[in-house]
Amino acid sequence: MSEAADLPLWAALLVSALLLIGAGLTLIGSYGLLRLERFYDRIHAPTLGSSWGTGGILVASMLLFSVLQTRPVLHEILIALFVTVTTPVTLMLLARAALYRDRTEGNADVPPMLSKDVPPTQNP
Amino acid sequence: MSAAILNWSITIAQIMLGMAMLCTIFRLAGGPRAQDRVLGLDTLYLNAMLLLLTFGMRSGSTLYFEAALVISLLGFVATVALAKFLMRGEVIE
Repeated sequence: MSEAADLPLWAALLVSALLLIGAGLTLIGSYGLLRLERFYDRIHAPTLGSSWGTGGILVASMLLFSVLQTRPVLHEILIALFVTVTTPVTLMLLARAALYRDRTEGNADVPPMLSKDVPPTQNP
Repeated sequence: MSAAILNWSITIAQIMLGMAMLCTIFRLAGGPRAQDRVLGLDTLYLNAMLLLLTFGMRSGSTLYFEAALVISLLGFVATVALAKFLMRGEVIE
């Protein structure tokens, strides 16, 4: 942090606030992943880190490097776009896989399958 | 003054992200079923990416951002492949 001595005070306070909010929400989400009881409760908790945690830290980084004028801020926008697009896809795939596994094992605490989306019987 | 504020907040954020990674490692090691472990691995990828971003803010170099982008891309591919494996028993059919 040798070049940060000429950073104005408002930028330092704003970057610090965004950084602490993002890291704190990521910590809360990961602690919820550790503490919640069921898998379908636990799959909600890390999205706190992937929505506001990632957003806070990326906006803090963009603001810091834009004020310091060392380089363009294209990388952070790419990461934000990628995380925003891919997190719902991965978590919905994982939840469908967990639901399929629970149903094939006959667990009683998952909702029954609707008649319109009964899977085809032939499996390769 | 502003450099001291920024330095301390980056340090506290790195400690918080390290504790978050520790929580996901506990879930990854002792998850009751396989989908819990996959969810822990996905969250571990995300927290490692955020920790690399804070390292990049501390050092001011652009190398960490490319590493964070590659980590987020690999985490997406790994989690999709593992979820497909849990669903069907194969990755590519």
